[in-house]
Amino acid sequence: MNDGSILAFVAILPFLGALVPGLMIRAGRNACATFTAVPTLLALLLLGTQVPAVMRGEVVSTTIEWLPQLGLSASFFLDGLGLLFAGMILGVGLLIILYARFYLSNDDPMGQFYTYLLLFQGAMLGIVLSDNILLLLIFWELTSLSSFLLIGYWKHLPEGRQGARMALTVTGAGGLAMIGGMLILGNIVGSYNLTDILAQGELIKASEWYMPALILILIGAFTKSAQFPFHFWLPHAMAAPTPVSAYLHSATMVKAGIFLMARMWPVLAGTEPWFYIVATTGLITMVLGAVIALFKDDLKALLAFSTVSHLGLLTMLLGFGTKAAVIAAMFHIINHLTFKAALFMTAGIVDHEAHTRDVKRLGGLAKLMPVTAIIGVVTALSMAGTIPLNGFISKEMMLEEAAHTVWYNNPWIVPVLATLGACFSVAYSFRFIFHVFGGPVRDDYPSTPHDPPFGLYAAPALLTVLVVLIGAMPFLAEPLVTVAANAVTGLDTHPHLKLWHGVTPALWMSVVAFAVGGVLLVLHGKLDAIWMRLPRPEAKEIFDAIMERCVATAKAIAQGTHNGVMSRYLALLVVASIAVGTHAYFTSGMAAPTREILPVPPLIWVGWFSLVAATWLVVSQHHKRFRSLIFISIIGLVISGGFVYLSAPDLALTQISVETVTIMLLLLALYFLPKDTPAESSTGKRFRDAVVAVAGGGAVAALAMAFLTRDVDSISAYHLANSYKGGGGTNVVNVILVDFRGYDTYGEIIVLGIAGLTIFALMDALLRGPAAKRLRDRAFSPDRSRDRHPLMMVVATRAMLPIAIMVGIYIFLRGHNQPGGGFVAGLVISIALLMQYMASGFAWAQLRQRIEYHSMIGWGVIIAGLTGVGAWLAGKPFLTSAYGYLHFPPIEEFEWATAMAFDLGVFLAVLGAVMLMLYSLSRIARFAGETINVTPMDHDPSEVPEDGVDEQPLKEGQ
Amino acid sequence: MEMIVASAIGVLTAGGIYLILRLRAFPVILGIALLSYAVNVFLFATGRLAVNAPPILNKYADVSYSDPLPQALVLTAIVISFGMTAVLVMVALGAYLEADSDEINMTDAGDDADSTEGQGV
Repeated sequence: MNDGSILAFVAILPFLGALVPGLMIRAGRNACATFTAVPTLLALLLLGTQVPAVMRGEVVSTTIEWLPQLGLSASFFLDGLGLLFAGMILGVGLLIILYARFYLSNDDPMGQFYTYLLLFQGAMLGIVLSDNILLLLIFWELTSLSSFLLIGYWKHLPEGRQGARMALTVTGAGGLAMIGGMLILGNIVGSYNLTDILAQGELIKASEWYMPALILILIGAFTKSAQFPFHFWLPHAMAAPTPVSAYLHSATMVKAGIFLMARMWPVLAGTEPWFYIVATTGLITMVLGAVIALFKDDLKALLAFSTVSHLGLLTMLLGFGTKAAVIAAMFHIINHLTFKAALFMTAGIVDHEAHTRDVKRLGGLAKLMPVTAIIGVVTALSMAGTIPLNGFISKEMMLEEAAHTVWYNNPWIVPVLATLGACFSVAYSFRFIFHVFGGPVRDDYPSTPHDPPFGLYAAPALLTVLVVLIGAMPFLAEPLVTVAANAVTGLDTHPHLKLWHGVTPALWMSVVAFAVGGVLLVLHGKLDAIWMRLPRPEAKEIFDAIMERCVATAKAIAQGTHNGVMSRYLALLVVASIAVGTHAYFTSGMAAPTREILPVPPLIWVGWFSLVAATWLVVSQHHKRFRSLIFISIIGLVISGGFVYLSAPDLALTQISVETVTIMLLLLALYFLPKDTPAESSTGKRFRDAVVAVAGGGAVAALAMAFLTRDVDSISAYHLANSYKGGGGTNVVNVILVDFRGYDTYGEIIVLGIAGLTIFALMDALLRGPAAKRLRDRAFSPDRSRDRHPLMMVVATRAMLPIAIMVGIYIFLRGHNQPGGGFVAGLVISIALLMQYMASGFAWAQLRQRIEYHSMIGWGVIIAGLTGVGAWLAGKPFLTSAYGYLHFPPIEEFEWATAMAFDLGVFLAVLGAVMLMLYSLSRIARFAGETINVTPMDHDPSEVPEDGVDEQPLKEGQ
Repeated sequence: MEMIVASAIGVLTAGGIYLILRLRAFPVILGIALLSYAVNVFLFATGRLAVNAPPILNKYADVSYSDPLPQALVLTAIVISFGMTAVLVMVALGAYLEADSDEINMTDAGDDADSTEGQGV
C-alpha cells in the first residue's frame, strides 16, 4: 500500500513556495527564478515517486479530516487522469519559470510574478488532486482568483485590468454555478467524496436532479474552458504577459474545465442530454474559434482563438461519450499542450524581438531568426495536423470519431462541420507560418529581429522535440494515455497509438482540410476584406453593457432600500419579523395548552396597571425627555417586583440595581442632549408606526402566551440536582453562573468590560474632534441650582457609604447559597460610589479614588480567568469548581469554594465597567466647562462664611 | 397570571417598537430600553411561571423550584443590556455633539458632505 500522504505535500508545496520569490528577489533575478523552480521541481519529483503505482493501475490517496461535520476533508487522490494533469501543470510550470526569467523586462516586478504563478500552480494542482468536491471547489475558485492576478499583472495597462476583470467575472460566475451543481451531486450520493460520487453513476443518472446538476456543472466547465458562448473572455485575457498566456491557455486554466468534464465523465456522460449539450457546444466552439482565428492579425489573438477551437475539439470528444473518443481526447490534451505552449512562447519571442505581434507587419523572419522559425514552423505544422507530427495523430483520431457520429439521425452534419473546422485550422496554422516566417525580409520592423538568447528559446525548443518525438514514436505516450483514459472511463482501454492507420475516411477528411486550407490562405486577402465588412458582434461591448446594466440595477436596489432613513429600515425589519413569525405560528400546528393558569392576586393587578400606564406615558410623553425618564423607571420597578413574586429573587436584585444605574446614565446623557423632542412625524406616520407597534406587541404577547401555557422538558432538572453536590451552593442561579455556565459568564464579563472601554475610547475620540469646541463654547442654562452639592445630601450619602458597602459585601458573600452574587454586589457598590459622585461632585470624588477603573476591569477578567485555569492544575477542565468546609470553633461551619474567586472577578469587572461608563460621561461635563468643586459641599456651615468663593473654575483640556 | 405576564410583554414590546421608529436618538434609546425589558421578561418566562418556589435549594424539605436556567441567562442579559444601552447612549451623544443634531435618519445632503470630507482627508 502506498503512503498517499505525500500527495497532500505535493498539493501544498506550490503554496509554501509562493513565499519564496518575494524573499529571493532581493538576491537577484537569477536566484529568484532558480528558487521559484525548486518547489515546482520538488513537487514534480515527489509526484514521480508515485508514477509506478499509478501505472500499475493503483489509486494513491490520503485523507486529512478538516470539517467532518460538513463533509469537508482535505482528501487527495492520484489516478491516471490526475497524474496526466499534475504532470502537465508542474512540467510546463518549470518551463514557464525558465521562459519568464528571460521574457520579463527589468521593469517588471519579478518576485510578484513568480508568487502569483506559484499560487496559481498550487490552485490547479489542488483541482486535479482533490478527492473531495468541496475542496475541489475551493481550489477551483482559487484558480479564478490567482489567474485574475496573473492576467492583470501589467497593472498599468487598461486592457490588462479589463481582461483580468472579465476573466474573473466569467469564470467566477461559472464557479458559482458549479458549486450548486456539485452540492446537488453530493446530496444525491450522500457524500462529498469524489471517489464515492464516481462510483454512483447509475444513481445520479437516474435521479430527477440529474439535469440541474449537469447544467450547473457544465456552466462551470464551459466558462472555464472558454466554450461558446462564454469563449469571449479568453482572447481578452491575452493582455497578460506571454508566459502567463502560454501557461494558462495551453496546460492549465482552460484545461481545468476539460479536466472537470473528464473527471465527471463516469457519472454524467453517456446520456442524451450530455451528448447534445456537450458535443454540440464543442463542435460549434471548434468551428467558430477556427474561423475567427484566421482573421486575427494579432499573433496572440490568433493563438487564443485557436485555443478556443481546440478546447471545443476536446469538449466535443468528451461529449461523444465513447471510449475511443476519450482516448483521442486524452492524447490530444498532451499534444495540444506541447505545440500550443511552444507557439505561445514563439509569439512571445517574436514580440520581444520585433516589438510587434501584428501579422501584417511581420514576414520574412525565417532568415532573420532561423532557430525561432524552426520551432514556430514545426509546432504550427503540428497544430495544422501535418503528418508525421503528433498533432496529426490525435486529429486523425478526432476525425475518425466524428466520421461515425450521428447527430439527430443525420450522419453528415458532424463529420462535415469537423472537416470545416479542420480546414480553417490548417488555414490559420499556415498563415502563422507563411505570413510570419515566410516571404521576403522587410525593412520596416519596429525593431530588427534576431534569435533570442538560449534561455528564451530553450523551453519551446524542448517542447518542439516532444512534438516530433511523439509524432514519430506515439507508443511513448501510450502508457500515460492508457491510465488516463482508464481513469476517465472507469473501464479498461487499449489504445493503439499509431502514426499510419491506412487510407481511412479520416485521412480523406484531412486531405480535404489541407487542400481547402491552402486555398483559404491564398484567398486570405480577399476574405479578410469581406470579413471586415461583415457585422460581427463585439463581445467586449456586449459584456460591458451587461455589466453596466447589472451595476445600475444593483445601485437602484441598494440606494432604493438603503436611502439613509433608519426608521424605515427598522419598520421593515419589524414587519418582516412579524410576518415570518405569524406564518410559523399558524403553519406549525401547536400542541394544546397543558399548564394550569395561575391565579392573579390584587396586588399584581396594581402592578400590571402601573406598568401599562407607565409605558403609555413614556410613549405619549416622550417629547418631554426628563418626564419620560421618570416614567420608564416605574416600569423597571414593577418588573423587579414581578421577579420577586415569580420566584426570581436574583433577577429582582439585579433588575433594581441596573435600573438605578441606567437612569443615572440617561440623566447624565440628557444633560447634553436637547431636553425636548420636536414633533416631526406626520399623523400618517404616527398612525402607521402605531399599527406596526401594536401588531408587533400583539405577536410577542401571543408568542409568550403560547410558551407560558405549555410545559417544556428542559435540562434544568440536572442543574437543580447537581447544584449542591457538584457546585457546593444552594442558590442554583448563582451556581449556574459561576460553575455550570461559567464559561458564558466569563465571556459576558469580558463583553461588559469591552463595552466600558469602548465608551471610554469613544469619549476620548470625541473630545479631540470638532465636538470639543462646541462643548467648550457651551452656555449653561441660567436657572440652574446654586446649591448643586447640598449639605443634606452630602452628609446622608457619606453616612450611607459604609452601610452600602457592607450590604454589597454581604450580598457578595452569601451569593453562592442565597440570592446575591458578584453581579449584584458589583452593581450595589457602584451605586454607593456613584452617590458620592452625585453628592460632592465628580472631581472631589475622583481625587479620593485610588484604583483606576480600567485596571479593575482587567483584574476582574484576570482573576476569573485564573480561577478557571486553576482547575487545570487539578487535572479538571477549565472552570471546574472545587469547594470544601472549614470549622472555626466559635462560629459555625464556613464554606469555601473556588467559585467565590470567580465571582470576585465578576464583581470587579462589573464594578469597573459600570464606573468607567459613568466616569466617561461625566468627563464630558468637566470638559464642557463645568466648574469643579474642591470642597465636599457648596456651602459648608462649619466654615467661616467670609471665605467667599469656594469654587474654582477649572477646565480639563486647557 | 400568564395572561398578565404575556400582555405586559406585549405592551412593552409595542411601546418599544413605536419608540424605535421615532426620528430622534433619545426616544430610540428609550424604545430600546423598553424592548430590553420585554425581551428579558420573555426569556425569563420561557422557564414558565411559579410562585413561592425560588431556585434556592431547601436542605430540609422536598419542595418544587422554578426553572433556574432562564433566570441565570436573564441575569447576565440584564447586565449586558445595560452595557449596550450605555454604548448606544455614548454613540448618540457623540453624534449629537459632532453634528449638532440628534436626528437618526441620514439625509442626502449629509451623505454628500461626508463623502467630500472623506476625500479631502
